[in-house]
Amino acid sequence: MLLLLILFPLAVALLALLLPWYQARSWLLPVSGGLHLCIAGISVAGSDYTSSPWIGLDALSSLVLIVTSLLYAGCAFYAVGYLNLRRDRGNETIVPCLLVFLSAMTLAISARHLGLLWMAVETTTLASAPLIYYNRNRLSIEATWKYLLLCSVGIALALLGILFIAYAALVGGDMPISLQLDTLLDNAAQLSRPWLHAGFVFLLVGFGTKMGLAPLHSWKPDAYGEAPGMVGALLAGGLTSVAFLAILRAVQLMTAAGDGAMARQALLGMGLLSLLLAAIFMVRQPDIKRLLAYSSVEHMGILAIGVGIGGLATFGAMLHLVNNALTKGCLFLSAGNIQRAYDSKRLSRVHGALATLPISGGVFLAGFLAITGSPPFGLFMSEFTILRGIFGNGQFWIGLLMILLLAMVFIGMGATVLTATQGEPVKLESAYKDSFLLVISPLIFLLMVLLLGVYLPEPLQRALREAAALLEVQP
Amino acid sequence: MMELINPLLLAVILINFYTLGSARLVACIRVVAIQGALLALLPLLSHGMTFHAMLLAAEAFCFKGVVIPWLLLRAIRRVRIRREMEPIVGFVPTLILGVLTTVGAFLFADLLPLAPEHHDGMFVPTALATMFSGFLLLITRRKAITQILGYLMLENGIFIFAVLLSAAMPVMVEAGILLDLLVGVFVMGIVVNQISREFSTINTERLTALKE
Repeated sequence: MLLLLILFPLAVALLALLLPWYQARSWLLPVSGGLHLCIAGISVAGSDYTSSPWIGLDALSSLVLIVTSLLYAGCAFYAVGYLNLRRDRGNETIVPCLLVFLSAMTLAISARHLGLLWMAVETTTLASAPLIYYNRNRLSIEATWKYLLLCSVGIALALLGILFIAYAALVGGDMPISLQLDTLLDNAAQLSRPWLHAGFVFLLVGFGTKMGLAPLHSWKPDAYGEAPGMVGALLAGGLTSVAFLAILRAVQLMTAAGDGAMARQALLGMGLLSLLLAAIFMVRQPDIKRLLAYSSVEHMGILAIGVGIGGLATFGAMLHLVNNALTKGCLFLSAGNIQRAYDSKRLSRVHGALATLPISGGVFLAGFLAITGSPPFGLFMSEFTILRGIFGNGQFWIGLLMILLLAMVFIGMGATVLTATQGEPVKLESAYKDSFLLVISPLIFLLMVLLLGVYLPEPLQRALREAAALLEVQP
Repeated sequence: MMELINPLLLAVILINFYTLGSARLVACIRVVAIQGALLALLPLLSHGMTFHAMLLAAEAFCFKGVVIPWLLLRAIRRVRIRREMEPIVGFVPTLILGVLTTVGAFLFADLLPLAPEHHDGMFVPTALATMFSGFLLLITRRKAITQILGYLMLENGIFIFAVLLSAAMPVMVEAGILLDLLVGVFVMGIVVNQISREFSTINTERLTALKE
């Protein structure tokens, strides 16, 4: 079942290369996105968690799989409308690349072997480079080059980290030298400590680059800013969750070896730094998509803090992962609509979006309220849970600092978003109009985040608890 | 065959120095190709003629020694650039830095808690030195092509380390990793081509429009 989930997007990508019709090629995306979501749902609902040595699901990966698949399906429907607007740029490259990207993400999520995980994550980098370059101008070249070089070098360091872990097994003796996750977790106590620690640091730096944790985030504003809105949504909601999962695997390993405290400290430090830097750069940010990129850095920081604190905060972080992915989808897609309509993403031209484009502008404004953690949206619940975890843990100053930074983010982001959305309606020069396909996905994402804030269904709660339990100390 | 390993690793280090000190791009690409080809011999020399080692050697030779250098040579023929002119840090200073980091790598490797069978070999210090040299190239050069070479050298260093651990890396995963490297360089080559078309140079210092 899982193998099918990884392989069928590749087959469809091949089909997309051969199909001569523009519309048909675009429609391949929602068809495979929908199919992917269905199969992923069945695999997760089956939840027997039988895994081969190579691929398999556990509570953590099931959660990420469902979230990513849901986000992808929404973005795929949006893509049909978007690609209709961009007939001039064509879809011969972007459709196969999006499908390969889906396959690589699924492989990375379900990989049970660290080598395979690395390979899949590197493939996501390569498949998404052409997506960022979609607009084919000077700025997008610059963004693509930075993304490609920084992420490739970062990921190379992660490979070194993986090798260090294998070396820890070699030096530790008394255990099979393997990078299979279950074998490693079972024998974690035998791993040689210095090599395990070095391996963890390199994995954190490597996959942290991919996830965009400060200070390794410098590619993020450029790449998210220049990529089309739906690509930004997939990167900010999907790919970052996948990279976070890779880091969580390293945390799992450290916890199993009894050094979880050190791993948590490192995550907490990077998380707080991300939150701080993002808050600084969001103040007076004149570009709405770069603003969203910094918001992504901020939320990666919150995820790292949640796992770094542990206990209740880990549960909050799992919930936050779901909320962040859906809200980022809603925000990037609606920001993409606004950019299409105004032919700009800078505040010098974008204003009065709410009056000019009632739906896209309204969704963007509501998405801003959601992402900054205003009640009744889901992010309020998850951030509140993380904060409760922090204060419950007695780390009063960290909690206070986080509240302060969140307030700063709210003000900084609010200034830009309100300038963009409020004001008199503008006479648009472009022929853009909100159409069904372009607004339905962000609306649905927004609705889901709203629902998650009001009511957390029992199966989801159980899934989140199980995922968080995997990261805790095993008795 | 074990006695051949140390001379081979020594040659790898000399190639690091050559690349750090040379301005001629074609020559740099060629010696990095030779470095890749030499490294392809490493699994055979250290593990003998097993199926796994032979397969890894063949893949590494094809990708690192032949296809990737060919891609890079083709890319610079298209953009008609032969020399790395004004690097950010001069050639002599980078060479000195390269020597210093190599000495440092040898001293540092002695301190590492290595497995007893790796204590005397040159594997780990050479791997570290090659990775550092790759980083130096990435940081100190302006041409996009030289930055790709730096990335390749970084991967070569990791490869040396990986040879010690071939038990942990199944054949399929190794093949996948090398394939990723190949596709990565291919995509980077395309981007270099686009950079030269848009900016009529492949100096990456022109890529500075995106900032706060």
